[in-house]
Amino acid sequence: MRSLRRKAAIAGIGELKPQRRTSGRTTLDMIAEVSRLAVMDAGLEPGAIDGLLVGPQVGETPQHVPATVAEYLGLKPTMANVVDLGGASGAGMVWRAAAAVAAGMCEAVLCVLANTREDVPARSTNRNPIREFDVPFGASGANVSYALLMQAHMAIYGSTAEDFARIAVWARANAQVNPDAIFHGRPATLDDVLASPMIASPLHLLEIVMPVAGGDALVIVSADRAKSLRGQPVYVLGGGEKVTHRAVSQAPSLTSGPLKPAMARALDQAGLPAAEMDLLSLYDCYTIMVATTIEDLGLCAPGQFGQWVRDHDLGFTGDRPVNTHGGQLGFGQPDLAGGMTHIVEAVRQLRGSAHGRQIRNPRYALATGNGATMSEATALVLGAA
Amino acid sequence: MTIDLDGLALPGPTITAVTAPFWQAAALGKLIIQRCGDCRSYVFYPRALCPRCWSSRLGWVEASGRGTLKSYSRIHKPGHPAWEPAAPYIVGLVELEESPTMLSFIHAAENIAIGDCLELSPTRFGGRTLPAFRKTTD
Ligand SMILES: [Zn+2]
Repeated sequence: MRSLRRKAAIAGIGELKPQRRTSGRTTLDMIAEVSRLAVMDAGLEPGAIDGLLVGPQVGETPQHVPATVAEYLGLKPTMANVVDLGGASGAGMVWRAAAAVAAGMCEAVLCVLANTREDVPARSTNRNPIREFDVPFGASGANVSYALLMQAHMAIYGSTAEDFARIAVWARANAQVNPDAIFHGRPATLDDVLASPMIASPLHLLEIVMPVAGGDALVIVSADRAKSLRGQPVYVLGGGEKVTHRAVSQAPSLTSGPLKPAMARALDQAGLPAAEMDLLSLYDCYTIMVATTIEDLGLCAPGQFGQWVRDHDLGFTGDRPVNTHGGQLGFGQPDLAGGMTHIVEAVRQLRGSAHGRQIRNPRYALATGNGATMSEATALVLGAA
Repeated sequence: MTIDLDGLALPGPTITAVTAPFWQAAALGKLIIQRCGDCRSYVFYPRALCPRCWSSRLGWVEASGRGTLKSYSRIHKPGHPAWEPAAPYIVGLVELEESPTMLSFIHAAENIAIGDCLELSPTRFGGRTLPAFRKTTD
């Protein structure tokens, strides 16, 4: 299999501070704000951007999203597309951008995701199989699906509520060194997590991401172009992706997901073992997602994530830094951009610019994205210059 | 506590031409699923082609109505506000005897556990009869 190793680099990053609510904002103006940050960070002129990857905008711009965004930003890209992989969209964008650059489709790709949180979001007008076969039985939204995964893990492996809660405690702890995190200044103890309301058993409120408004953007350029830019590039060393299902009832497994082959492929392309990763930037919509990812990565035997978490220090000074920005459980989930926060943080750490929470001399990071119910998975291995 | 599930204003299924026979049977208290005329796989949810061999020779068969509980969740905070009066209630993944898995409403029992044997229990929800399940009684 051909590899993308070191063919492209992330040259610029942008991130908006998450907000619980927005008023009078549009997705397009949020996109513009965060795009400017990323392109300026890369040291590029807007006119140099000739590739554009955007997310879907359900209910707002149902079609022609790349053209709408390009027009708004005054871009005239030679490659433009939508990446629609839920929480894996950000990571999915990065390796598509790297592939497009390697294929000569374009030289500098803006990958951008942003969202508003105005009052009274409309209910979806879906007419898909989930709407037809799950919703009528009382199963609406992702909480139920992840609760089903978590209950299965507990029944099969004997994992405990405390095991899962500890992941949320770490996310909140790491958020204390990220002033932008929505839970900065609000750590949580094991008791806080376990005493928080049961939403869908066995899932507690504090094991679920807080939805926020925000945005993240990245600029991906060819490795050659990266050398001529003023900033410090972070190289794409490997990528992997897998999509196995949409609805939880159709999942091939409840305790292992498509990130397993996606991460294996990304690490294989990079020629590195998981043990070499100095940062694990793991998609964390729910505590169960981190648990399954730790197991699918082979850091411990299936079912043993609880012991693994107890055995390691997941902070930025620890032996196994995980989600040093607080993860989405600590930072907040700006909709699809939530998955991109894991990549932006990996870039900061590998550049040595994670002020106040810098890992000492990191060389490699693994960033994962996950969409729907452990359905869509993309993994990236990133390396310092 | 017994909830009048039939009296709630709940979102019903968004029925298509392919899936209509399933819901017509459900209204009569039956559970039918598709079976591929070529590779003999049982298929759920209903589709226009077999997801295993892509044959379009799919027919309908009545399922035994027996299954196993693969996972479940007691929903305290429903994702759809219309379900709030029914909370807490149980949603589960039912692995049908024929092998496909479907998500359904599980009638509460004293002790519920993954691996429990389940049986079809057609139930009225918001004016429609849907294929719910309960723990096997025998
Ligand atoms: Zn077939």
